Amino acid sequence: MLHVRALTRPGLEPLDFDLADGEALAVLGPSGSGKTLLLRAIADLDPNEGQVSLDGASRESMPAPVWRRQVTYLPAEPGWWADRVDDHFPEPEVARALFAPLMLPATMMERPVAELSTGERHRIALARALVQSPKVLLLDEPTSGLDQGSTRAVEALLRARIGDGAALLFSTHDEELAERLGDRQLRVRKGRVELGAS
Amino acid sequence: MTATYITLEYADLVLASLLLFLNAGLSIWLRLALERQFLIAAARMCVQLGLVSLVLKALFELVSPGLTALAVLVMILFAGREVMGRQERRFRGLWAYGLGTSSVLFAGTLVTLFALATQIQPDPWYHPRYAIPLLGMILGNTMTGIAVGLNTLTSQIKRERPAIETMLALGETRSTAFRPLVRTAVRNGLIPIVNAMSAAGVVSLPGMMTGQILSGVEPFEAIKYQILIMFLIAGGTGIGVVTAVHAGALRLSDNRHRLRLDRLADS
Repeated sequence: MLHVRALTRPGLEPLDFDLADGEALAVLGPSGSGKTLLLRAIADLDPNEGQVSLDGASRESMPAPVWRRQVTYLPAEPGWWADRVDDHFPEPEVARALFAPLMLPATMMERPVAELSTGERHRIALARALVQSPKVLLLDEPTSGLDQGSTRAVEALLRARIGDGAALLFSTHDEELAERLGDRQLRVRKGRVELGAS
Repeated sequence: MTATYITLEYADLVLASLLLFLNAGLSIWLRLALERQFLIAAARMCVQLGLVSLVLKALFELVSPGLTALAVLVMILFAGREVMGRQERRFRGLWAYGLGTSSVLFAGTLVTLFALATQIQPDPWYHPRYAIPLLGMILGNTMTGIAVGLNTLTSQIKRERPAIETMLALGETRSTAFRPLVRTAVRNGLIPIVNAMSAAGVVSLPGMMTGQILSGVEPFEAIKYQILIMFLIAGGTGIGVVTAVHAGALRLSDNRHRLRLDRLADS
Protein backbone atom coordinates (compact mmCIF):
# COMPACT_ATOMS: atom_id res chain seq x y z
CA MET A 1 0.00 0.00 0.00
CA LEU A 2 1.40 3.37 -1.08
CA HIS A 3 0.29 6.10 1.27
CA VAL A 4 0.52 9.74 0.08
CA ARG A 5 -0.33 12.65 2.40
CA ALA A 6 0.00 16.40 1.78
CA LEU A 7 2.41 15.81 -1.08
CA THR A 8 3.39 19.12 -2.61
CA ARG A 9 6.12 20.81 -4.62
CA PRO A 10 6.34 23.94 -6.76
CA GLY A 11 3.73 23.45 -9.48
CA LEU A 12 1.71 20.91 -7.52
CA GLU A 13 -0.93 21.61 -4.88
CA PRO A 14 -1.03 19.41 -1.74
CA LEU A 15 -2.53 16.03 -2.48
CA ASP A 16 -3.65 12.94 -0.51
CA PHE A 17 -4.31 9.50 -1.90
CA ASP A 18 -3.70 5.81 -1.30
CA LEU A 19 -2.74 3.20 -3.82
CA ALA A 20 -3.41 -0.40 -2.82
CA ASP A 21 -1.34 -3.40 -3.90
CA GLY A 22 -2.62 -4.65 -7.25
CA GLU A 23 -4.34 -1.36 -7.98
CA ALA A 24 -3.84 0.79 -11.09
CA LEU A 25 -4.40 4.51 -11.04
CA ALA A 26 -4.47 6.56 -14.24
CA VAL A 27 -3.25 10.18 -14.13
CA LEU A 28 -4.98 12.29 -16.77
CA GLY A 29 -4.66 15.94 -17.67
CA PRO A 30 -3.47 18.31 -20.38
CA SER A 31 0.22 18.67 -21.20
CA GLY A 32 2.03 20.80 -18.64
CA SER A 33 -0.65 20.27 -15.99
CA GLY A 34 1.73 18.61 -13.53
CA LYS A 35 1.39 14.86 -14.22
CA THR A 36 5.14 14.37 -14.51
CA LEU A 37 5.79 16.59 -11.47
CA LEU A 38 3.49 14.36 -9.44
CA LEU A 39 5.18 11.11 -10.48
CA ARG A 40 8.66 12.55 -9.92
CA ALA A 41 7.69 13.86 -6.48
CA ILE A 42 6.52 10.40 -5.36
CA ALA A 43 9.84 8.94 -6.53
CA ASP A 44 11.58 11.76 -4.58
CA LEU A 45 13.47 12.87 -7.68
CA ASP A 46 12.88 16.59 -7.02
CA PRO A 47 12.72 18.55 -3.76
CA ASN A 48 9.19 18.13 -2.39
CA GLU A 49 7.23 18.06 0.86
CA GLY A 50 4.75 15.69 2.37
CA GLN A 51 4.55 12.17 3.76
CA VAL A 52 4.90 9.23 1.41
CA SER A 53 5.22 5.70 2.71
CA LEU A 54 5.14 2.17 1.37
CA ASP A 55 3.71 -0.62 3.55
CA GLY A 56 4.12 1.64 6.58
CA ALA A 57 7.76 2.56 5.93
CA SER A 58 8.26 6.24 5.14
CA ARG A 59 10.70 7.13 2.41
CA GLU A 60 12.78 9.17 4.86
CA SER A 61 13.42 5.98 6.82
CA MET A 62 15.54 4.56 4.02
CA PRO A 63 18.19 5.84 1.57
CA ALA A 64 16.63 7.28 -1.59
CA PRO A 65 18.08 4.54 -3.88
CA VAL A 66 16.38 1.85 -1.74
CA TRP A 67 13.08 3.76 -2.00
CA ARG A 68 13.39 4.08 -5.77
CA ARG A 69 14.10 0.39 -6.27
CA GLN A 70 10.66 -0.25 -4.76
CA VAL A 71 8.89 2.82 -6.12
CA THR A 72 10.31 3.14 -9.61
CA TYR A 73 9.69 6.03 -11.96
CA LEU A 74 10.05 5.60 -15.70
CA PRO A 75 10.36 8.91 -17.58
CA ALA A 76 8.50 9.51 -20.82
CA GLU A 77 11.87 9.97 -22.51
CA PRO A 78 14.22 7.53 -20.83
CA GLY A 79 17.97 8.10 -20.88
CA TRP A 80 20.81 5.83 -22.02
CA TRP A 81 24.35 5.79 -20.71
CA ALA A 82 26.09 3.11 -22.77
CA ASP A 83 26.24 2.18 -26.45
CA ARG A 84 24.69 -1.26 -26.40
CA VAL A 85 21.34 -2.35 -25.01
CA ASP A 86 22.76 -5.08 -22.75
CA ASP A 87 25.12 -2.60 -21.04
CA HIS A 88 22.03 -1.07 -19.46
CA PHE A 89 21.07 -4.25 -17.63
CA PRO A 90 22.95 -5.59 -14.59
CA GLU A 91 21.92 -9.12 -15.66
CA PRO A 92 21.04 -9.15 -19.37
CA GLU A 93 20.08 -12.85 -19.30
CA VAL A 94 17.38 -12.22 -16.70
CA ALA A 95 16.09 -9.22 -18.61
CA ARG A 96 15.88 -11.16 -21.87
CA ALA A 97 12.87 -13.03 -20.47
CA LEU A 98 10.94 -9.75 -20.60
CA PHE A 99 11.71 -9.11 -24.26
CA ALA A 100 9.29 -11.67 -25.76
CA PRO A 101 6.19 -10.40 -23.90
CA LEU A 102 7.12 -6.89 -25.06
CA MET A 103 7.40 -8.12 -28.68
CA LEU A 104 11.11 -7.36 -28.78
CA PRO A 105 13.42 -9.86 -30.54
CA ALA A 106 15.92 -11.44 -28.13
CA THR A 107 18.78 -10.39 -30.43
CA MET A 108 18.01 -6.76 -29.71
CA MET A 109 20.03 -7.14 -26.50
CA GLU A 110 23.27 -6.90 -28.51
CA ARG A 111 22.21 -3.94 -30.69
CA PRO A 112 23.44 -0.36 -30.28
CA VAL A 113 20.78 1.81 -28.66
CA ALA A 114 21.23 4.50 -31.31
CA GLU A 115 19.92 2.16 -34.03
CA LEU A 116 16.60 1.45 -32.30
CA SER A 117 13.28 3.17 -32.93
CA THR A 118 11.57 5.30 -30.29
CA GLY A 119 9.01 2.57 -29.65
CA GLU A 120 11.68 -0.09 -29.23
CA ARG A 121 13.66 2.08 -26.84
CA HIS A 122 10.51 2.78 -24.88
CA ARG A 123 9.77 -0.92 -24.36
CA ILE A 124 13.39 -1.71 -23.47
CA ALA A 125 13.28 1.04 -20.86
CA LEU A 126 10.12 -0.54 -19.46
CA ALA A 127 11.88 -3.91 -19.27
CA ARG A 128 14.76 -2.19 -17.46
CA ALA A 129 12.35 -0.89 -14.81
CA LEU A 130 10.35 -4.14 -14.50
CA VAL A 131 13.39 -6.40 -14.14
CA GLN A 132 13.91 -5.08 -10.60
CA SER A 133 10.28 -6.03 -9.74
CA PRO A 134 9.35 -2.75 -8.01
CA LYS A 135 6.30 -2.78 -5.74
CA VAL A 136 5.04 0.50 -7.19
CA LEU A 137 5.48 1.51 -10.83
CA LEU A 138 5.31 5.19 -11.75
CA LEU A 139 5.08 5.24 -15.54
CA ASP A 140 5.10 8.47 -17.50
CA GLU A 141 3.21 7.96 -20.78
CA PRO A 142 4.01 4.23 -20.98
CA THR A 143 2.43 3.77 -24.42
CA SER A 144 3.28 7.03 -26.18
CA GLY A 145 4.99 6.39 -29.51
CA LEU A 146 3.87 2.74 -29.59
CA ASP A 147 1.77 1.14 -32.32
CA GLN A 148 -1.41 -0.69 -31.40
CA GLY A 149 0.22 -4.12 -31.18
CA SER A 150 3.00 -2.92 -28.88
CA THR A 151 0.52 -0.97 -26.78
CA ARG A 152 -1.47 -4.17 -26.23
CA ALA A 153 1.71 -6.06 -25.33
CA VAL A 154 2.75 -3.42 -22.78
CA GLU A 155 -0.77 -3.39 -21.38
CA ALA A 156 -0.81 -7.18 -20.99
CA LEU A 157 2.55 -7.21 -19.24
CA LEU A 158 1.48 -4.44 -16.86
CA ARG A 159 -1.78 -6.27 -16.14
CA ALA A 160 0.25 -9.37 -15.25
CA ARG A 161 2.39 -7.35 -12.83
CA ILE A 162 -0.73 -5.85 -11.26
CA GLY A 163 -2.10 -9.38 -10.92
CA ASP A 164 1.08 -10.27 -9.01
CA GLY A 165 0.36 -7.46 -6.55
CA ALA A 166 2.29 -4.51 -7.99
CA ALA A 167 0.67 -1.09 -7.79
CA LEU A 168 0.66 1.10 -10.88
CA LEU A 169 0.41 4.84 -11.28
CA PHE A 170 0.60 5.91 -14.91
CA SER A 171 0.10 9.17 -16.74
CA THR A 172 -1.49 9.15 -20.17
CA HIS A 173 -3.34 11.24 -22.73
CA ASP A 174 -5.19 8.14 -23.88
CA GLU A 175 -8.63 8.16 -22.21
CA GLU A 176 -9.38 4.66 -23.47
CA LEU A 177 -6.17 3.26 -22.00
CA ALA A 178 -7.02 4.99 -18.72
CA GLU A 179 -10.44 3.28 -18.79
CA ARG A 180 -9.07 -0.12 -19.74
CA LEU A 181 -6.08 -0.29 -17.40
CA GLY A 182 -6.92 2.11 -14.57
CA ASP A 183 -9.12 1.11 -11.65
CA ARG A 184 -9.43 4.78 -10.75
CA GLN A 185 -8.38 8.11 -12.24
CA LEU A 186 -6.59 11.21 -11.02
CA ARG A 187 -7.27 14.35 -13.02
CA VAL A 188 -4.61 17.03 -12.91
CA ARG A 189 -5.36 20.60 -13.96
CA LYS A 190 -2.84 23.40 -13.43
CA GLY A 191 -1.20 21.55 -10.54
CA ARG A 192 -4.54 20.74 -8.84
CA VAL A 193 -5.31 17.05 -8.54
CA GLU A 194 -8.82 15.62 -8.28
CA LEU A 195 -9.51 12.03 -7.47
CA GLY A 196 -12.09 10.71 -9.93
CA ALA A 197 -14.49 7.79 -9.64
CA SER A 198 -13.52 4.41 -10.99
CA MET B 1 79.52 28.20 -10.12
CA THR B 2 79.17 31.82 -11.21
CA ALA B 3 76.08 32.82 -13.10
CA THR B 4 77.11 33.96 -16.54
CA TYR B 5 74.07 35.65 -17.87
CA ILE B 6 73.85 38.59 -20.22
CA THR B 7 72.15 41.57 -18.64
CA LEU B 8 69.54 43.30 -20.79
CA GLU B 9 69.63 47.07 -21.35
CA TYR B 10 66.45 49.13 -21.76
CA ALA B 11 67.59 49.80 -25.33
CA ASP B 12 67.41 46.05 -26.01
CA LEU B 13 63.75 46.01 -24.97
CA VAL B 14 62.98 49.05 -27.08
CA LEU B 15 64.56 47.30 -30.05
CA ALA B 16 62.51 44.14 -29.41
CA SER B 17 59.36 46.19 -29.09
CA LEU B 18 59.73 47.04 -32.77
CA LEU B 19 58.30 43.56 -33.39
CA LEU B 20 55.18 44.65 -31.56
CA PHE B 21 54.82 47.65 -33.83
CA LEU B 22 55.32 45.29 -36.75
CA ASN B 23 52.34 43.30 -35.44
CA ALA B 24 50.29 46.47 -35.06
CA GLY B 25 51.21 47.44 -38.62
CA LEU B 26 50.16 44.04 -39.91
CA SER B 27 46.90 44.37 -38.02
CA ILE B 28 46.17 47.70 -39.68
CA TRP B 29 47.20 46.40 -43.10
CA LEU B 30 45.06 43.22 -42.79
CA ARG B 31 42.26 45.10 -41.00
CA LEU B 32 42.34 42.74 -38.03
CA ALA B 33 41.33 45.61 -35.72
CA LEU B 34 43.75 44.17 -33.16
CA GLU B 35 46.33 46.98 -33.11
CA ARG B 36 44.81 48.78 -30.13
CA GLN B 37 44.48 45.56 -28.15
CA PHE B 38 48.05 44.61 -29.00
CA LEU B 39 49.47 47.84 -27.69
CA ILE B 40 47.24 47.95 -24.62
CA ALA B 41 48.07 44.33 -23.73
CA ALA B 42 51.79 44.99 -24.16
CA ALA B 43 51.60 48.11 -22.00
CA ARG B 44 49.62 46.20 -19.38
CA MET B 45 52.21 43.45 -19.36
CA CYS B 46 55.04 45.93 -18.83
CA VAL B 47 53.26 47.66 -15.94
CA GLN B 48 52.12 44.39 -14.30
CA LEU B 49 55.51 42.73 -14.53
CA GLY B 50 57.21 45.94 -13.35
CA LEU B 51 55.00 46.01 -10.28
CA VAL B 52 55.55 42.30 -9.65
CA SER B 53 59.31 42.80 -9.79
CA LEU B 54 59.02 45.53 -7.14
CA VAL B 55 56.80 43.33 -4.97
CA LEU B 56 59.11 40.32 -5.34
CA LYS B 57 62.18 42.46 -4.59
CA ALA B 58 60.56 43.75 -1.40
CA LEU B 59 59.39 40.27 -0.38
CA PHE B 60 62.82 38.73 -0.95
CA GLU B 61 64.48 41.42 1.14
CA LEU B 62 62.02 41.19 4.02
CA VAL B 63 61.55 37.37 4.09
CA SER B 64 58.47 37.90 6.25
CA PRO B 65 56.14 34.92 6.74
CA GLY B 66 53.09 37.19 7.01
CA LEU B 67 53.78 39.14 3.83
CA THR B 68 54.65 35.96 1.92
CA ALA B 69 51.36 34.41 3.07
CA LEU B 70 49.54 37.53 1.91
CA ALA B 71 51.13 37.29 -1.54
CA VAL B 72 50.20 33.60 -1.70
CA LEU B 73 46.61 34.43 -0.77
CA VAL B 74 46.34 37.10 -3.47
CA MET B 75 47.72 34.68 -6.08
CA ILE B 76 45.18 32.01 -5.09
CA LEU B 77 42.28 34.46 -5.12
CA PHE B 78 43.22 35.57 -8.63
CA ALA B 79 43.55 31.94 -9.75
CA GLY B 80 40.06 31.25 -8.36
CA ARG B 81 38.68 34.22 -10.27
CA GLU B 82 40.26 32.88 -13.45
CA VAL B 83 38.63 29.46 -12.88
CA MET B 84 35.24 31.13 -12.47
CA GLY B 85 35.77 33.27 -15.54
CA ARG B 86 36.29 30.21 -17.72
CA GLN B 87 32.94 28.60 -16.83
CA GLU B 88 30.15 28.70 -19.40
CA ARG B 89 27.61 27.76 -16.74
CA ARG B 90 28.42 28.74 -13.18
CA PHE B 91 27.14 27.47 -9.87
CA ARG B 92 24.64 29.73 -8.15
CA GLY B 93 25.71 31.93 -5.26
CA LEU B 94 29.06 31.76 -3.52
CA TRP B 95 29.75 28.33 -5.01
CA ALA B 96 30.55 29.94 -8.36
CA TYR B 97 33.72 31.39 -6.88
CA GLY B 98 34.18 29.21 -3.80
CA LEU B 99 34.34 25.78 -5.38
CA GLY B 100 37.16 26.49 -7.85
CA THR B 101 39.07 28.70 -5.44
CA SER B 102 39.04 26.22 -2.58
CA SER B 103 40.19 23.42 -4.90
CA VAL B 104 43.05 25.62 -6.19
CA LEU B 105 43.92 26.54 -2.60
CA PHE B 106 43.92 22.94 -1.41
CA ALA B 107 45.91 21.40 -4.28
CA GLY B 108 48.29 24.34 -4.80
CA THR B 109 49.35 24.79 -1.19
CA LEU B 110 49.54 21.06 -0.50
CA VAL B 111 51.95 20.38 -3.37
CA THR B 112 54.00 23.54 -2.76
CA LEU B 113 54.43 22.68 0.91
CA PHE B 114 55.43 19.15 -0.06
CA ALA B 115 58.15 20.50 -2.39
CA LEU B 116 59.38 23.02 0.17
CA ALA B 117 59.48 20.47 2.96
CA THR B 118 61.25 17.72 1.04
CA GLN B 119 62.99 18.43 -2.29
CA ILE B 120 63.93 22.10 -2.03
CA GLN B 121 64.26 22.78 1.71
CA PRO B 122 65.12 26.48 1.68
CA ASP B 123 66.02 28.28 4.91
CA PRO B 124 63.64 29.46 6.23
CA TRP B 125 61.23 27.03 4.61
CA TYR B 126 58.81 29.83 3.63
CA HIS B 127 61.53 31.89 1.89
CA PRO B 128 59.54 33.76 -0.79
CA ARG B 129 62.30 33.37 -3.40
CA TYR B 130 61.39 29.67 -3.52
CA ALA B 131 57.81 29.53 -2.26
CA ILE B 132 56.35 32.11 -4.63
CA PRO B 133 57.79 30.97 -7.99
CA LEU B 134 57.00 27.35 -7.11
CA LEU B 135 53.44 28.15 -6.14
CA GLY B 136 53.06 30.30 -9.24
CA MET B 137 54.03 27.50 -11.60
CA ILE B 138 51.89 24.94 -9.78
CA LEU B 139 48.90 27.30 -9.54
CA GLY B 140 48.93 28.22 -13.21
CA ASN B 141 48.56 24.62 -14.35
CA THR B 142 46.31 23.47 -11.53
CA MET B 143 44.00 26.38 -12.25
CA THR B 144 43.76 25.45 -15.94
CA GLY B 145 43.04 21.81 -15.13
CA ILE B 146 40.34 22.71 -12.61
CA ALA B 147 38.74 25.19 -15.00
CA VAL B 148 38.59 22.60 -17.79
CA GLY B 149 37.32 19.83 -15.48
CA LEU B 150 34.58 21.95 -13.91
CA ASN B 151 33.57 23.37 -17.26
CA THR B 152 33.19 19.86 -18.69
CA LEU B 153 31.06 18.84 -15.71
CA THR B 154 28.71 21.81 -15.79
CA SER B 155 28.45 22.22 -19.55
CA GLN B 156 27.75 18.54 -20.28
CA ILE B 157 25.42 17.80 -17.39
CA LYS B 158 22.43 19.18 -19.25
CA ARG B 159 23.07 16.81 -22.14
CA GLU B 160 23.62 13.89 -19.74
CA ARG B 161 20.56 14.72 -17.68
CA PRO B 162 18.24 12.00 -19.08
CA ALA B 163 20.88 9.30 -18.52
CA ILE B 164 21.69 10.45 -14.98
CA GLU B 165 18.04 10.82 -13.98
CA THR B 166 17.09 7.44 -15.42
CA MET B 167 19.85 5.79 -13.41
CA LEU B 168 18.74 7.62 -10.26
CA ALA B 169 15.10 6.64 -10.90
CA LEU B 170 16.15 3.00 -11.20
CA GLY B 171 17.69 3.24 -7.73
CA GLU B 172 21.34 3.85 -8.50
CA THR B 173 23.28 6.05 -6.10
CA ARG B 174 24.40 9.48 -7.15
CA SER B 175 28.01 8.39 -7.33
CA THR B 176 27.12 5.61 -9.81
CA ALA B 177 24.86 7.88 -11.84
CA PHE B 178 27.47 10.65 -12.07
CA ARG B 179 30.41 8.33 -12.69
CA PRO B 180 30.59 8.49 -16.53
CA LEU B 181 30.37 12.29 -16.54
CA VAL B 182 32.81 12.68 -13.63
CA ARG B 183 35.26 10.45 -15.45
CA THR B 184 35.04 12.54 -18.64
CA ALA B 185 35.46 15.77 -16.70
CA VAL B 186 38.53 14.55 -14.78
CA ARG B 187 40.09 13.20 -17.98
CA ASN B 188 39.60 16.49 -19.80
CA GLY B 189 41.20 18.33 -16.90
CA LEU B 190 44.24 16.04 -16.84
CA ILE B 191 44.98 15.65 -20.55
CA PRO B 192 46.81 19.02 -20.93
CA ILE B 193 49.46 18.04 -18.37
CA VAL B 194 49.93 14.62 -19.99
CA ASN B 195 50.44 16.40 -23.31
CA ALA B 196 52.82 18.92 -21.75
CA MET B 197 54.99 16.13 -20.33
CA SER B 198 54.98 14.17 -23.62
CA ALA B 199 55.94 17.25 -25.63
CA ALA B 200 58.58 18.53 -23.19
CA GLY B 201 62.01 18.62 -24.82
CA VAL B 202 60.76 17.51 -28.21
CA VAL B 203 58.12 19.97 -29.27
CA SER B 204 58.58 22.53 -26.52
CA LEU B 205 61.44 23.63 -24.30
CA PRO B 206 59.70 24.37 -21.02
CA GLY B 207 60.02 28.00 -19.93
CA MET B 208 61.55 27.40 -16.54
CA MET B 209 64.46 25.29 -17.71
CA THR B 210 65.05 27.61 -20.66
CA GLY B 211 65.20 30.51 -18.22
CA GLN B 212 67.73 28.72 -16.04
CA ILE B 213 69.89 27.85 -19.06
CA LEU B 214 69.81 31.49 -20.23
CA SER B 215 70.98 32.55 -16.79
CA GLY B 216 73.99 30.24 -16.97
CA VAL B 217 72.84 27.04 -15.25
CA GLU B 218 74.19 23.78 -16.68
CA PRO B 219 71.52 22.12 -18.90
CA PHE B 220 71.61 18.93 -16.85
CA GLU B 221 70.94 20.86 -13.62
CA ALA B 222 68.20 22.84 -15.36
CA ILE B 223 66.35 19.76 -16.58
CA LYS B 224 66.46 18.21 -13.11
CA TYR B 225 64.60 21.26 -11.86
CA GLN B 226 62.23 21.10 -14.79
CA ILE B 227 61.41 17.45 -14.14
CA LEU B 228 60.75 18.21 -10.50
CA ILE B 229 58.43 21.05 -11.50
CA MET B 230 56.57 18.86 -14.00
CA PHE B 231 55.97 16.23 -11.33
CA LEU B 232 54.75 18.87 -8.91
CA ILE B 233 52.48 20.37 -11.56
CA ALA B 234 51.10 16.93 -12.45
CA GLY B 235 50.43 16.21 -8.77
CA GLY B 236 48.80 19.56 -8.16
CA THR B 237 46.63 19.27 -11.26
CA GLY B 238 45.56 15.73 -10.39
CA ILE B 239 44.64 16.57 -6.80
CA GLY B 240 42.96 19.81 -7.84
CA VAL B 241 40.90 18.38 -10.71
CA VAL B 242 39.71 15.34 -8.75
CA THR B 243 38.78 17.52 -5.77
CA ALA B 244 36.98 20.14 -7.83
CA VAL B 245 35.05 17.73 -10.08
CA HIS B 246 33.92 15.53 -7.18
CA ALA B 247 32.91 18.54 -5.12
CA GLY B 248 31.04 19.85 -8.16
CA ALA B 249 29.24 16.53 -8.63
CA LEU B 250 28.26 16.52 -4.94
CA ARG B 251 26.96 20.06 -5.28
CA LEU B 252 24.88 19.06 -8.34
CA SER B 253 23.18 16.33 -6.33
CA ASP B 254 21.84 16.10 -2.79
CA ASN B 255 21.73 13.56 0.02
CA ARG B 256 18.41 12.17 -1.35
CA HIS B 257 20.36 11.33 -4.52
CA ARG B 258 18.58 13.85 -6.72
CA LEU B 259 20.04 15.72 -9.67
CA ARG B 260 20.03 19.41 -8.68
CA LEU B 261 20.38 21.43 -11.86
CA ASP B 262 18.66 24.27 -10.01
CA ARG B 263 22.02 24.89 -8.34
CA LEU B 264 23.51 25.98 -11.66
CA ALA B 265 22.90 29.48 -12.95
CA ASP B 266 21.26 29.86 -16.35
CA SER B 267 23.90 30.27 -18.99
